[in-house]
Amino acid sequence: MPDARRTYNGVVTRLLRIAVPALLVLAAAAAPQGQSPPASPLRLVSPDGTRAVPTVISGDTELIAIDDLAAIFGVLVREDAPTRAITVAYKGRTIVLSQDQALASISGRLVSLPAPPTRIGNRWHLPVEFVGRALSVIYDTPLELRKASRLVIRGRMRVPRVVVRHDVGGNQARVTLDIAPPTPHQVLQDGARVIVRFDADLLDASLPTVQSQGLVQAVTSDQTSVVIETGPRFASFRATDQTAGADASRILVDLMSAAEPAPSPAPGTPGAPAGPEPPPLPLPTTGIRTIVIDPGHGGDENGAKGARGTLEKTVTLSVARRLKAALEARLGARVLLTRDDDRTLPLDDRAAFANNNKADVFVSLHANASLRRTAAGAEVFYLSLDRADEEARRVADAEGVAMPVFGGGTREIDVILWEMAQTRHLSRSAALAALIEGQLRTAVPMSPRAIQQAPFRVLVGANMPAVLVEVGYLTNAEQEAALTNAPFQARLVQSLTDALSRFFTSEPSATPAATGGPQ
Amino acid sequence: MAVAWLLFVALPRWTRPATSEASVPGRPPEPPPSEAATPRIKARLFYLTADGMRLQPTEQEVNFGETTTAQARHLIEAQLVPPQPPLVSAVPAGTTLKELFLTDRGDAYVDLSGELVKNHSGGSLDEILTVYTLVAVLTENLPSVTRVQILVDGREVDTLAGHVDLRRPLARTTTWIEQPAQSQGPAN
Repeated sequence: MPDARRTYNGVVTRLLRIAVPALLVLAAAAAPQGQSPPASPLRLVSPDGTRAVPTVISGDTELIAIDDLAAIFGVLVREDAPTRAITVAYKGRTIVLSQDQALASISGRLVSLPAPPTRIGNRWHLPVEFVGRALSVIYDTPLELRKASRLVIRGRMRVPRVVVRHDVGGNQARVTLDIAPPTPHQVLQDGARVIVRFDADLLDASLPTVQSQGLVQAVTSDQTSVVIETGPRFASFRATDQTAGADASRILVDLMSAAEPAPSPAPGTPGAPAGPEPPPLPLPTTGIRTIVIDPGHGGDENGAKGARGTLEKTVTLSVARRLKAALEARLGARVLLTRDDDRTLPLDDRAAFANNNKADVFVSLHANASLRRTAAGAEVFYLSLDRADEEARRVADAEGVAMPVFGGGTREIDVILWEMAQTRHLSRSAALAALIEGQLRTAVPMSPRAIQQAPFRVLVGANMPAVLVEVGYLTNAEQEAALTNAPFQARLVQSLTDALSRFFTSEPSATPAATGGPQ
Repeated sequence: MAVAWLLFVALPRWTRPATSEASVPGRPPEPPPSEAATPRIKARLFYLTADGMRLQPTEQEVNFGETTTAQARHLIEAQLVPPQPPLVSAVPAGTTLKELFLTDRGDAYVDLSGELVKNHSGGSLDEILTVYTLVAVLTENLPSVTRVQILVDGREVDTLAGHVDLRRPLARTTTWIEQPAQSQGPAN
């Protein structure tokens, strides 16, 4: 106990030594006339170069002295004591500020400011927001304040805002750059660095703190480039441009490791390929893939319904549209939706659509319902066969039809019965289901029975690997809320995109020739 | 299977040899025995497990049928009766049996009322469990029934709620039946 007390007293003494001066500093800062310099100086960027803009912090407001304003921006500032006004003039145009109000008047138009003009010592100061909100209105060249980025941009400068994000998934990493406005760029590799170089004067970049010691070691930026420092496992990258409206664009930089392990099917999955997989290609290089996404239900068929009225047909269409955009952008795939609006579509027409478009993969999206309200989680289904189906499959596989061809003679045509179309793809459908299940598991809640086989009608006639994904349960209150939520849908889409990417990567020569497929 | 067969062959005191009848489509149903004289047998009916993911077999008494067709009808009728909580049936409330016949191939044709579709929740798992409740109650209790074709209001239907293919008879499977001692992996 005496030892403990001595330790306690020592700690208190040390705390007081630290705390008293700190409190004195805080008290000084909180004094009515107290100011301090900002943590990071404001920079003016213009065609003439870059210079610092002196400012002070007073309370919650960052202020600029009016004489500095005059010197830097070439404005005339005048104090009119009788009317308690301050006027700021530039090339014949005037802004009037009241010394008592947080307002600026520009040709009769009022602009609000965070604080009224403040006299510090013998100098008047204005909130820095004055530059962006008021001065820019009367200025003859563009003038923009980006306070968070500590920038004032004067003149026709190209200073795109670049927000960089880093995501890790399995043996891949992704660096996402959101750029506003869209800016021409190149993505280059320089040794262990992947460089995104912009055609710009300066980058207004917001960079992530990278903690991973994997594929990406660090993300830095210089005047006009974002630099991705890669780790020793890095082998290759793939950059994809996306448009995010007229005012923004996105670059996805996917980094792949040298030895990405082959995806393994779930234990106990029947029909999954046995034995070691062939080594995967570092990138999907087998040409443009066609993926058909089938948003379940539609039109008169609402599908499942949540307690708050969320309809399955709406959720599936929303996820399908997002998935299409992601697959097109990331895989460069040809992606088709069986429906892109709220319409009734027979089940066989959905598979026929995939067959007619010679799709490499068919993914039907659904949302589930259960009489048990606690049931939750995503599930992936592929087709089940009964013994009669398997017998018919053997017969069907053995059959070919000799058809006459132009110029004489005949040609053996592999006629596939509609009912048997999916049977020949079952092992690859199982592999695809296992990949999707594995990816979804990293991102969203999974059902206790996450991978299953069932005699689902929509899969029967699909003449390509085909799965049905139940993204969650609308009858579970928490899941109903999640399924209408954009971030949750984005996680679903990311997982499905990753899984399809891996599926194609693991299959160097994918689809067997499907001549005369069921229509 | 043999046990189930013995259950309603051997248990009733008025045991008679099981008929080797093979009903044909269109055959009119046998008149039901009068209520007072109706003997009962033990059979397995199927309800949702607590997590809603599978079917839980539950032993209950059902009316004895003198023929396989009559027994099949009694089994379906018993399964359609809304259970006492906490049991929950995957078959929508209000569904009634309109007709049932057997073929000599072991296929049971079960014609149910439109409530089977109209009152359905719409989820694929519930649809699977609805369908396999009907498949299981016949194939698990009657060894001579190996497949079940579901009809709605006298007609073949593609699906009940847009998922499970009902155009052909569905074979007996244990995939959806709770079997604690067995693997949880997909089977068929």
